[in-house]
Amino acid sequence: MTSNSPCSSGGCAGGGNGNGGMNRRSFLRTSGVLASGIAALAASLAPLRDLTDYTSAEQFMQKHYKELSKDDMEKVLDRITREVEKQYSIRPHVKDYKPMDGVEFVYCLNLTRCIGCRKCVHACVAENNQSRDPEIQYIRVLKMPHGSFDMEKGDHNYASPTVPEKGFFYMPVQCQQCKNPPCVKVCPVKATWQEADGITVIDYDWCIGCRYCEAACPYFARRFNWTKPSIPKDRINPEMSYLGNRPRKQGVMEKCHFCIQRTRAGKYPACLEVCPAGARKFGNILDPNSEVSYIMRNKKVFVQLKEELGTSPRFFYYFDV
Amino acid sequence: MIQATKNYFHFLWRCGRIAFVGDWRYYAWMGILSVVILLGINAYAKQFVHGLMVTGMSDQVSWGVYIANFTFIVGVAAAAAMLVIPVYIYDNKELHDLVIFGELLAVAAILMCLAFVTVDLGRPDRFWHLIPGIGKFNFPGSMLSWDVIVLNGYLLLNVHICGYLLYCRYQGRTPSKWFYIPFVFLAIGWAISIHTVTAFLYVGLGGRPFWNASIVGPRFLASAFTAGPAIIILALQVIRHVTDYRISDKALLTLRSIVQVSMLINVFLLFNEVFKEFYTRTSHVAASNYLYFGLHGFHALVPWIWTAILFNLVAMFILVLPMSKSLKYLNVACVLAIVGIWIEKGMGLVVPGFIPSPLGEMVEYTPSLNETLVCLGIWAFGLLAYTLFLRMSIPILQGRITKRNEGESDDHLFAAGQKSDQTTTPHVATTHI
Repeated sequence: MTSNSPCSSGGCAGGGNGNGGMNRRSFLRTSGVLASGIAALAASLAPLRDLTDYTSAEQFMQKHYKELSKDDMEKVLDRITREVEKQYSIRPHVKDYKPMDGVEFVYCLNLTRCIGCRKCVHACVAENNQSRDPEIQYIRVLKMPHGSFDMEKGDHNYASPTVPEKGFFYMPVQCQQCKNPPCVKVCPVKATWQEADGITVIDYDWCIGCRYCEAACPYFARRFNWTKPSIPKDRINPEMSYLGNRPRKQGVMEKCHFCIQRTRAGKYPACLEVCPAGARKFGNILDPNSEVSYIMRNKKVFVQLKEELGTSPRFFYYFDV
Repeated sequence: MIQATKNYFHFLWRCGRIAFVGDWRYYAWMGILSVVILLGINAYAKQFVHGLMVTGMSDQVSWGVYIANFTFIVGVAAAAAMLVIPVYIYDNKELHDLVIFGELLAVAAILMCLAFVTVDLGRPDRFWHLIPGIGKFNFPGSMLSWDVIVLNGYLLLNVHICGYLLYCRYQGRTPSKWFYIPFVFLAIGWAISIHTVTAFLYVGLGGRPFWNASIVGPRFLASAFTAGPAIIILALQVIRHVTDYRISDKALLTLRSIVQVSMLINVFLLFNEVFKEFYTRTSHVAASNYLYFGLHGFHALVPWIWTAILFNLVAMFILVLPMSKSLKYLNVACVLAIVGIWIEKGMGLVVPGFIPSPLGEMVEYTPSLNETLVCLGIWAFGLLAYTLFLRMSIPILQGRITKRNEGESDDHLFAAGQKSDQTTTPHVATTHI
């Protein structure tokens, strides 16, 4: 008999329910409580009306990068093209660049030459379609006093009218493309991994935004999209790659990927090209005739940041000695 | 089979029904909690639209109060084991009928943990990537994937144990040992594992010297086994106050000795950590320096951590002294211990791990209002869940809602509120759980 009683709220309190039906008052009270409850819930959800960027069913169902067939990938690239075109009114060329055989990329940075102009920082932002507001930068340049390698002494926010300043040297830090990347190890959903050419990449469509990788990275190389990225339409770089510089969404991680859309097409990274001091060298360490192979053979002192952590960076700082 | 299913659903129906019924205090309490939950939902809706920008977090301090609360509450969940161990291993009679309240607390706590992790995600719409088999689970590589398994496993274990025992009591039959005793013992080990794995989440990060210390795991357990039973001591007294469920002072004092020993160990381990950091003074002391004394002019956490230490020490002294055999002082000690450990294990553990940043940058963190509202909403949700569980289970444990009185109206329970008169429904001796 209780099983068919519709009294499920406080309206039943004290009222008899043995007569098989509910009385008018308890019905009114029950529906009143129910209605005000639903109204309060609806009111609390009101901010959702501002939601503009829905996750499409297509994107919600999308598989992990490594499980996408060639056809799947074409559809995904097509979707990204449509999305970029809609949002930025520009038709991009989105490709999925694959690693080249027999290539392992290495970066060498000459600390004797770097003058701390931060041109690399801005070239990187422009090349890689980073959000401008808030601005996301992959490269952090530290202004360090002579004679110390203690990064706690470094100035991150120096605003000198001219560089270099006497008594200081400058150390740009970006993703070190570790051979043992802690970020890859900790990701709970394998949204970030190391490719055959040594570049650690992120599938922006798979990342759940837990930021465990950001906590794990010893180099402050990873960045989170704390809100919807905003890029002026005329600043979009239309040459895009899936694992590289295509525009990101709110709530996912990103980081330096050695300009995958350039380097896998045989070009230099943007930060290297713009460097006025020639401090940056990049190339294939497996090729004995590459510039980086020459540097590794002929320079004497190299620094891998935080070598003691066992991350084994592919990013080498060196000096003109 | 059909009849059994029908019976079970009828049981659930009656449980659900009684959850909506109580005296005015019950309605007031649930009403307040509901309002806070709605405020939390509202704040989360804003965060869902605008992103985690509405929090106080940054790329430098990329975890904040969400993960801090998560860490603390995992400990609360683990503490159910501190009721189970005396009863099932040492055959303690006083705590025997109270174990289930600890297990129900664990269920509510795990639900809160899952909520705290979910609100911390940048892409909650992609939660399914975390489901083993469907998504892409980085197991055993990522400690977070271990945490998903142990937390959900612990939830299932406790739901099974509580649900089974309550249903047996409802039906008036003796529970079959094979159906729950193995799970009870599994849950003891599992309780320790949820907190160890949560500690390893931090310990496994070589780039964060403040966390990359082997003492973090043991400290997690010691503080959990202090704060958890302390919460249970307070919860049991509330239960005793608002219902006629019999809870002896002796049971509370048994829990006191658990809290007492755990607190001593907790403070001892803290001392070990402080000694190692400040005696050697390697460059890794920076985060501890920031936490305890401030660094380069930044000292947002200093008043908090000293409050926590003061509270812990005062609680320890009260617990050690015989005065805490009086419930009045015991309650003071419990409140101090809970607040102290909440600060120290939450913000005091999570935030200094990020300051200074791996490149030596000083960026501080203060939770935003929106973030705080989301946290309050989840706390209210946890309290609401625990209240509901108790509201359903206590009349069953007391034999007031049983299969035998299925045909009768439950109104006698509802009309008089929870403190109904004992003459019509005498307290049933609880012996077989």
